[in-house]
Amino acid sequence: MTVLDPHHGIVGRPGPRTDALSQAAGGPLYVDDLAFPGMLHGKLLRSSQAHARIVSIDTSAAEQLPGVQAVLTGADMPVEFGLLPVSQDEQALAIEKVRQVGDPVAAVAADDPDIAQRAIELIDVVYEPLPPITSMEEACEVVDEPIHGEGPKDNRHREVSLEFGDVDEGFDVAYHIREDVFFFQGNNHAALENHGAVALVEDDGRLHVWSSTQVPHYLHRILAKVLELPEGRIRVTASPTGGGFGGKTDVFSHELVTARLALATGRPVKITLTREEVFYTHRGRHPVLMWVRTGFTEDGEITAMWFRSYVDGGAYGSYGAASLLYTGQLQTVTYRIPAYRFQGVRFFTNKPACGAKRGHGTPQPRFALEVHLDKAAEDLGLDPVTIRRRNLVEPFSLTVNHLRITSCGLADCLDAVVSASGFEEKHGRLPAGRGLGLAVGTYLTGAGLPIYFNDMPQSEVMLKVDRGGGVTVFSMAADCGQGSTTMLATIVGEALGIEPSDLAVVTADTDLTPIDLGSYSSRVTFMAGNAALEAAQKLIDLIVVAVADEHDLETDRISLRKGVVLAGDRELPWAEAVRIAEARWGLLVTTGSYTPPKDIRGDYRGAGVGPSPAYSYTACVAEVDCDAETGVVAVRKVWIAHDIGRSINPLLAQGQVEGSVHMALGEVLMEEQAFRGALHDGPSLLDYKIPTVLEMPEVETILVESIDPEGPYGAKEVGQGPLLPVIPAVVNAVYDALGLRIDEIPLRPDKIIFALRDLERHGTNRFGPTDLPPYEFRPPLPVAPPPERQLV
Amino acid sequence: MEPVTMRVNGMSRSVFVAPHRTLLETLREDLGLTGTKHGCELGECGACTVLVNGVATLSCLLMTVAADGADVTTIEGVGSPTHPHRLQRAFADYGAAQCGYCTPAMVLTAKALLDRNPTPNREEIAQAIAGNMCRCTGYLPIVRAIASVAGSES
Repeated sequence: MTVLDPHHGIVGRPGPRTDALSQAAGGPLYVDDLAFPGMLHGKLLRSSQAHARIVSIDTSAAEQLPGVQAVLTGADMPVEFGLLPVSQDEQALAIEKVRQVGDPVAAVAADDPDIAQRAIELIDVVYEPLPPITSMEEACEVVDEPIHGEGPKDNRHREVSLEFGDVDEGFDVAYHIREDVFFFQGNNHAALENHGAVALVEDDGRLHVWSSTQVPHYLHRILAKVLELPEGRIRVTASPTGGGFGGKTDVFSHELVTARLALATGRPVKITLTREEVFYTHRGRHPVLMWVRTGFTEDGEITAMWFRSYVDGGAYGSYGAASLLYTGQLQTVTYRIPAYRFQGVRFFTNKPACGAKRGHGTPQPRFALEVHLDKAAEDLGLDPVTIRRRNLVEPFSLTVNHLRITSCGLADCLDAVVSASGFEEKHGRLPAGRGLGLAVGTYLTGAGLPIYFNDMPQSEVMLKVDRGGGVTVFSMAADCGQGSTTMLATIVGEALGIEPSDLAVVTADTDLTPIDLGSYSSRVTFMAGNAALEAAQKLIDLIVVAVADEHDLETDRISLRKGVVLAGDRELPWAEAVRIAEARWGLLVTTGSYTPPKDIRGDYRGAGVGPSPAYSYTACVAEVDCDAETGVVAVRKVWIAHDIGRSINPLLAQGQVEGSVHMALGEVLMEEQAFRGALHDGPSLLDYKIPTVLEMPEVETILVESIDPEGPYGAKEVGQGPLLPVIPAVVNAVYDALGLRIDEIPLRPDKIIFALRDLERHGTNRFGPTDLPPYEFRPPLPVAPPPERQLV
Repeated sequence: MEPVTMRVNGMSRSVFVAPHRTLLETLREDLGLTGTKHGCELGECGACTVLVNGVATLSCLLMTVAADGADVTTIEGVGSPTHPHRLQRAFADYGAAQCGYCTPAMVLTAKALLDRNPTPNREEIAQAIAGNMCRCTGYLPIVRAIASVAGSES
């Protein structure tokens, strides 16, 4: 028997997380809750300078302070690292120079946090300041002291310039061409839990590191590299994560330093970052300036698109090489774009490095594209729904940039929110100050390629059955709140007919669990879920054969029902069937692995970013009230329909949608990681505003099930995609409400007021950027589109 | 170091603390009550909320010496996974926790509300938890969970 269709009523049933009651009782031990006898407290000394050469570091006074057990500087751990193999540009502690305010320079471990704080204040660092680069315009200039490498050169980090099909011809045949410039300000994850790590040397001499991380496997690899130890000498445990959102998908100085301090002292060491340190450590959303030109037929069909991204990366590479490509790759996954040119550049600046945040590199272009499309619709005398319907991609098709689309419920999502919100009746007809806006989006269900090149599986799951019939699921998937542990229990439970609450799930520990690359790119349900399903199928096969032999029946007479195995007319308790199988086969352990298909990408340089085994789709309508006196935008209601493939657990899926709406509303209305020069504008949760319950509107969530042919039970992702259309839907709603085109987010009240005054005085209704950095892209590399665009 | 005696979750506890030690630090590090969380230590996020004499209070802003003689309730005093308070049961059932980090403080804030107003409406629930940040859920399932216990419409 096979397990392709759910029939136990477990998948698709709304229910709480397996640890929900413990969470409500304060039970989970987050990394800062860990304490060990004799544990020391570590602290990092961080740079006060944005860009400077380190002349000298004098740690003697700190070393002599009673209670200080170890002091480290860059010389103690000189191996460079970085999450992406192409960006090995970070040091655990700065060696020759610092590149941003907050760069770690030295570290101490002391008997208590107060002593550690006094000790770092006693460290004397002499800096030779260098001219700081704090804007993309400055980063275009050739300078003697670039942020990385040797001058004279500019501060470009990466550039991409690609062309799929004949874009000039597409513009030549266009009836209408529109150009726009947009700016999406950077912002921070602001997970409630600050990052932290604990490390100790176990009795067998091996290093054990606990961290608040979404990527225990990558942390394991980088610890081994920087500490110059074999991976087998290191155990990494990902603690329950108090919110991730991508902010804990990088590997950080404090994790490496905590480990090094534990090795140096032989005692347990803990480092917990302060909120200010988290804002300076950052790795959040990149600020992106975007220019887009699109050609349309008279009916509104896209004939060609040219998209340019200027990405302010901050001081290090981090995920940036991928983030840059993501600002260009997924435009084609919602709309049929027959010819597409993408040019993008990421700059180094002396500000906290940006990285991955929910939607990774795609919310910025999605904002630009969806607002741009609304403007084009108006130019052409079309409404926002029609222009989108005329351009939607087809299910099971290839995009011009060689991405493979399989299941696609985008048209259903669009219809659902348009209908539920009454968009067609209300848009353009609401009283002044109130408006309705529409947008759509798409996101990966897991990155098609791993971070580091290899052809091994991206997720592996092991099942072990004990003699009482208990089943344990082993997976390295790290639950960052998204519910991956519950997902694994639900998928295995559905396959075996066992309640999720009766399964044991062991996760996120490099000693105990097989590989999962981590909780990023919305990959876990699809990849770990498929691996779990394969392992469950193998276990079922072992049991079916053993029971069939025992009862002298054909295997097609054996089937699983909830808690029992049916053998012909007999009904065996699960534990009895397991006993028969273990007697037949020995230890009952099965494994499953998931590797994405190889044929889902093109073969051009840059083709590794964007492919996914499946894409989720979302459509959103937002209704806003805008106060023309104060400039405050309040969102009244959000209708959001999401193509999830299949909902494994509708309660948790709805939670991901509503949480995405919250985060998107913060990004569009108020959140900004802004700087005065190189100094953060407000590195605290008092200054950096996130929406409270009072800013949260009613949300009507509609889950669309397109049943993906390759997803586990047909499932796709839900953790990130729903964020994407909410931002432009709100911006488009503000236009409907006030007639203002705000081409820059967040939609701060001062921008609205400025635009309203401009409208009164000059009749212009736009607030937003106009100038682009003085950067010359190299000519685009031509890439032939796939010959056949429709898959059979 | 100052001697401080408090009633914590119904038990009398005495500690010697530095004058600058916060109640948050005392609860977590001296008394091992790690269900109380720290998110900002500046009174901004609400994750450290405990009940002091029945009032929802930011334990990161209250010096332990100022809590001398107080009655303090932390999440450990509300219920356990095997004997949950009805609010804790509702938080679980409604998916009101994702990462779970803000959850103990949310439960305590809701308890303080229901203790003084057993039938709050949605607006009163929202006002009560407006000082508690949640980054995962968008607050909606939290409001639903509290409303279900309060018997009010969500």
